[in-house]
Amino acid sequence: MATAATTAPGARPRTGSTSQRAARWRRRAPLLPALTFLVVVTQIPFLVTLVISSLHWNVLQPGDKGFVGLHNYQTVFTDPRLRNAVRNTVVLTASVVLVSLVLGLLLAVLLDRRFPGRGVARTLLIAPFLVMPVAAALLWKHALYNPDYGLLNGTLNAIWRAVGAGEGPQVDWVSDYPMTAVVAALVWQWTPFMMLILLAGLQAQPGDVLEAARVDGASGIGIFRFITLPHLRQYMELSVLLGSIYIVQTFDAIFTITQGGPGTATTTLPYEIYLTMFRKYEYGEAAAAGVVVVIGTIIVATFALRVISSLFREEMAR
Amino acid sequence: MTTLTPPAEQRATTRRPDRGARLPRRPGRSRARKASDDQAARGGPVWALAAWALTLLFFAPVGWMVLTSLHKEADAATNPPSIFAPLTTGNYGLLFDRGVAPFLINSATASIVSTVLVLALATPAAYALAIKPVEKWTDVLFFFLSTKFLPAIAALLPIYLIVKDLGMLDNVYTLVILYTSMNLPIAVWLMQSFLAEVPREILEAAEVDGAGLLRVLWQVIRPIAMPGIAATALICFIFSWNEFMFAVNLTATRASTSPVFLVGFISSQGLFLAKLCAAATLVSFPVLVAGFAAQDKLVRGLSLGAIK
Repeated sequence: MATAATTAPGARPRTGSTSQRAARWRRRAPLLPALTFLVVVTQIPFLVTLVISSLHWNVLQPGDKGFVGLHNYQTVFTDPRLRNAVRNTVVLTASVVLVSLVLGLLLAVLLDRRFPGRGVARTLLIAPFLVMPVAAALLWKHALYNPDYGLLNGTLNAIWRAVGAGEGPQVDWVSDYPMTAVVAALVWQWTPFMMLILLAGLQAQPGDVLEAARVDGASGIGIFRFITLPHLRQYMELSVLLGSIYIVQTFDAIFTITQGGPGTATTTLPYEIYLTMFRKYEYGEAAAAGVVVVIGTIIVATFALRVISSLFREEMAR
Repeated sequence: MTTLTPPAEQRATTRRPDRGARLPRRPGRSRARKASDDQAARGGPVWALAAWALTLLFFAPVGWMVLTSLHKEADAATNPPSIFAPLTTGNYGLLFDRGVAPFLINSATASIVSTVLVLALATPAAYALAIKPVEKWTDVLFFFLSTKFLPAIAALLPIYLIVKDLGMLDNVYTLVILYTSMNLPIAVWLMQSFLAEVPREILEAAEVDGAGLLRVLWQVIRPIAMPGIAATALICFIFSWNEFMFAVNLTATRASTSPVFLVGFISSQGLFLAKLCAAATLVSFPVLVAGFAAQDKLVRGLSLGAIK
């Protein structure tokens, strides 16, 4: 901004350069408030994170604060707790993304045909995604998974009684299958997201191509395998990448359903960073782990950006 | 001011180069099927049955949540479940006795104020990216998006320390600022994609007719962009209302929002299932309404405008 102001008057003999520059800045002006706000609020904290990650800083040992270089990163990569957290994060994210992608595809294919009440069904299917994540996690933990009177065991019990097999099994879902319990609750929330994107993809299929394939005698499965799936690829990539970026950050469900337990069975990176920060007060370590998460996300996000920009360009070319 | 305007041919060169490609309004569009089109193949009764069975399976937890919220505690904690127990709205009354109102007000303040702020920042920005685009406007657009990809947990510690230094812990306006930055990239992308749909010809015609900037904004752009602004607002509202991590870590008593109420609520209860379901239903209600209202635009918002 300063350069524009100081070099503008008479610095260049070419006529019109001043007014051109002014015009350029007039164009940029509406953009500046949003850009400034975002740079200040999102970039400064990350610079602070970088600085903190090079410090030994435990709030419980105030006299012992100082520069330690890359030591925290060494801790992050060698600490078995963090390695366990990385493993749990990958398992959680991959299972939620893949299972909800498959279920979302199934629902999208079903909803792509007309049937009575299709609009209502679509609306009902969006509901799980809209329920507040903390509310959803509490609902699953207490109303569905509760071993004594949760809906899951209650339904099993009702079925067992109906077929005359006595009492149903009393499964303690959260303690016995902690990771599966968290994954199931998250799959329930994220399937509508996948479904919506894939349904939009299905509905953007050029109708004449499908018509031509049908006229040429292609079977329904053949059309799906050789026309629909390739067409959907881009939409699947988009839903997988966006889904991964959101799901990798999952905090609410872990915090609410398992608190990372039993032991560290469901402690993911975001939850481990939270514990390091607010339970162990190891600020330096938490910051270093945060930087590692950012780098991991950037790698995934690069692919996501590529897909979005190719979709974007396609839209532009239309 | 008029002397500052570049000559016509210069103005033409600063214009977005690919604008020309847009002028024929999307010939490919008409081939694509729309949700409402009757071109969609009809599924048979088996198809309908399968679709409805899966839909109801997915909706069951939500239905169960609402149903249990209307049961007495004793009926909520039975095995097998008592589906046909008598209904009551008493649980909702109890929530207000327990002071859910301030939490709802904090949630409403944080989400509504941040949404207004987001729109105030994003609309002019989108104007500078779609209507009168700056040079390298796609780069700017992708910069906005890239900030959305940074995981919030990595920013929690510095934000906590900065907010503590500024004495703004447990302040609802701290959440307003954080939610604004969280939703701004989404809003800029969405608004850009909506404003890019304002037909170039109409804008040029209005300029030729001598309409001033304000008139163009109000009479040409506003009517076309209004549905987009509404959809953007609803999506920002949904994300702010549901946010938990910043809310639980940066607020204590005065500024806590409804998800914080939910997690604090269960720890102090004995037999609590019906009340919990009532609380979960109550706090989810505004977002369910907003989401159903915006459902046609939801996919566009979730895909950051990449899918129309």
